[in-house]
Amino acid sequence: MSTVLEIHDLLVRLDKKIVLEIDALTVQNGEILAIVGPNGSGKSTLLLAVARLIKLERGVVSFDGSHVSGVTDTQYRRHLGLVLQEPLLLDTSVFDNVAVGLRFRKVPAAEVKLKVETWLKRFGIENLFKRPALKLSGGEAQRVSLARAFALEPELLLLDEPFRALDAPSRASLMDDLKAILAETSTTTIFITHDLKEAASLGDKMAVILRGKLMQYGTPEEVNARPKNDEVRSFLGLNS
Amino acid sequence: MQLVDLFRTIFSDPEVWQITILSLKLSGLGTLFSLLIGLPVGTLLAFGRFRGRSFFMSIVNAGMGLPPVVVGLAVAMLLWRSGVLGSLRLIYTPSAIVIAQTVIAAPVVTGLTAAALQQLNPRLRLQLLGLGASQTQVITHLWWEARLPLLAALMAGFGSVISEVGASMMVGGNIRYQTRVLTTAIVLETSKGQFDFAIALSVLLLTVTFLINLTLTWIQQRGARQ
Repeated sequence: MSTVLEIHDLLVRLDKKIVLEIDALTVQNGEILAIVGPNGSGKSTLLLAVARLIKLERGVVSFDGSHVSGVTDTQYRRHLGLVLQEPLLLDTSVFDNVAVGLRFRKVPAAEVKLKVETWLKRFGIENLFKRPALKLSGGEAQRVSLARAFALEPELLLLDEPFRALDAPSRASLMDDLKAILAETSTTTIFITHDLKEAASLGDKMAVILRGKLMQYGTPEEVNARPKNDEVRSFLGLNS
Repeated sequence: MQLVDLFRTIFSDPEVWQITILSLKLSGLGTLFSLLIGLPVGTLLAFGRFRGRSFFMSIVNAGMGLPPVVVGLAVAMLLWRSGVLGSLRLIYTPSAIVIAQTVIAAPVVTGLTAAALQQLNPRLRLQLLGLGASQTQVITHLWWEARLPLLAALMAGFGSVISEVGASMMVGGNIRYQTRVLTTAIVLETSKGQFDFAIALSVLLLTVTFLINLTLTWIQQRGARQ
């Protein structure tokens, strides 16, 4: 299995305060890395750093074996798919929302149509393609957001708590669909969550981030069976 | 009946139509140039992170209330023969009115553009970048998202110049067939004691302004319904 993403000696400071400090972290091809931690622990900052959407004070993010400073930010991001906590859809139709990333890449219209229809269908929202995106329910909107990212066929998919704003039934249904699609496509994914069940269910590997630092890394079973210290144990809700 | 006759006389007067068309042309150009300045500068103020941004924003906001007569004086001083731009020989020409009106409308469009873009969810910009958008693609998509308040900025910019009189009078000189626009014609007719004519021209100015804003509002509200 080849390494898709390598992070070394990463330091991010916001308003003079260190918010993220990661010595080393890797993601293998086809792997789903679940990153867990409480609110404000630096999980989302890590995702933004990987997407080059935040300034690094120090450190290296190597993508697919190449140093990211060799390409422009836009070229780099065109290898990625990004889904944030809110769907952040544009004020246009569902179809145009799913097509937007492909159009950024100047993909021919016929190919855009094919890909959009494929992914709308895959997420069970093909009947919504003409609907104004801002009039969708929360669950439908997040499906559109996921379809928009998958339509790009990204080499690395970044998911920042995509189920956070959803009610329990929508969450469970979307989680099942996402799990099946990830298994089917073998998309390399970094999945941020504060829900340990989601992390264990979806992740091949799990990284625990507390106070901006990577505390433990391993399979969800390893992390749950052998927490590295009391802080991790406490976060995982395990008795001492 | 007298009023009806007056309007009939006015509307059959080719000079009135020439003044009306000139007013629309000059104010339209002034608004267009203010849009060309205000959209990019407002965008830079909304998203840029640079030293002095707040100060520059305050200047723009203060500029939104610039008295047209003061703008007229400043532009006139620049364009007078002895002025810095005197060699261009623009004073008392339609171009001088366009320049003055651009100076009046640009801060309005800039300030309202910045406010419109700052109302968008800041994470939308990150999301677009994360989907592989270039900076230009991000900006055009954010303009599209803010199109309703941006149309309001356009209407406010147009409203500020079609209705101003001080600047047009000072830099245009109210020259018949050349720089006489509806507002300066109204001032002239009033000063001559031709109140009926001044009132009729005022009604014409209000009607033209209303029709243009009606069109823009229709476009805006159609967008809102969609």
